[in-house]
Amino acid sequence: MMITSRNTAKAALFLILTFFSAASLWLLLEAEFLAITLILIYVGAVMVLFMFVIKMLDTDKSTLRAQFTRYLPLGIFVSIIVIAQMVLVLNAGQFDLAMTGVPEKHDASYSNITAIAEQLYTVYVYPFELAAILLLIAIIAAITLVHRNESRSKKQDISEQINVQAKDRMRMASIKPKSAKESK
Amino acid sequence: MIALSDYLILSSIVFCIGLAGIFINRTNIIMLLMCVELILAAVNTNFIAFSYYGGDLAGQIFVFFILTVAAAEVAIGLAILTLMFRSRGSIDIDATNTLKG
Repeated sequence: MMITSRNTAKAALFLILTFFSAASLWLLLEAEFLAITLILIYVGAVMVLFMFVIKMLDTDKSTLRAQFTRYLPLGIFVSIIVIAQMVLVLNAGQFDLAMTGVPEKHDASYSNITAIAEQLYTVYVYPFELAAILLLIAIIAAITLVHRNESRSKKQDISEQINVQAKDRMRMASIKPKSAKESK
Repeated sequence: MIALSDYLILSSIVFCIGLAGIFINRTNIIMLLMCVELILAAVNTNFIAFSYYGGDLAGQIFVFFILTVAAAEVAIGLAILTLMFRSRGSIDIDATNTLKG
């Protein structure tokens, strides 16, 4: 539904629906923190960014429609091959319920966030800080990429400020004082 | 009870939908980025399913880092997209042939 939609905004809304279903699946798998993170970050931030860009840039629908039928057989062909491979491999019995077994449910006092935080701040603390640095770099890169319009920015040119001369700023006007006779 | 293979099959199907989306919408960069997001969601589902059935929490932490990197990637990708639209007037992939020799 998402990939065949002509309208990009509708496709983004279908992607949001997909993220909600993925979050519910993750809740079933007892990954509550990641499910909430998925909804907060993806639906709340990333998809809002997508919708903003979609609405800001008008996309040309005519070229999209012309290209749609050209690559459709290729896309279906590749995806059917990969799906068939995956189903053949995964149905062979090595991932079956009889083989893996059902993991026991945690009781109500178990906190997924606590367990993740214990791992994250002890074993994986350096990757955590690297992720923080990566996000900082992403912020700086995005801002410098978009904010390139020189005429609107109010940055100061230091060399120009230092090299300014007195004659640039000050205009000597020679005003003759009126003589006392005329003013009378 | 849902077996591990059910989650794996579902996520492989979602993965292939994203792959087919990349093939189908080859001209629209926004759709390409969204299909990449779909593929990442499928992969994350795989990670979490293995983490649950294997009883290891490292998979969920890995998913956390994948989410971080994906968010950064989307931010930079959309910034580049906005810049490209500003300088070129369209976001058609076929129009980006400036580097063609």
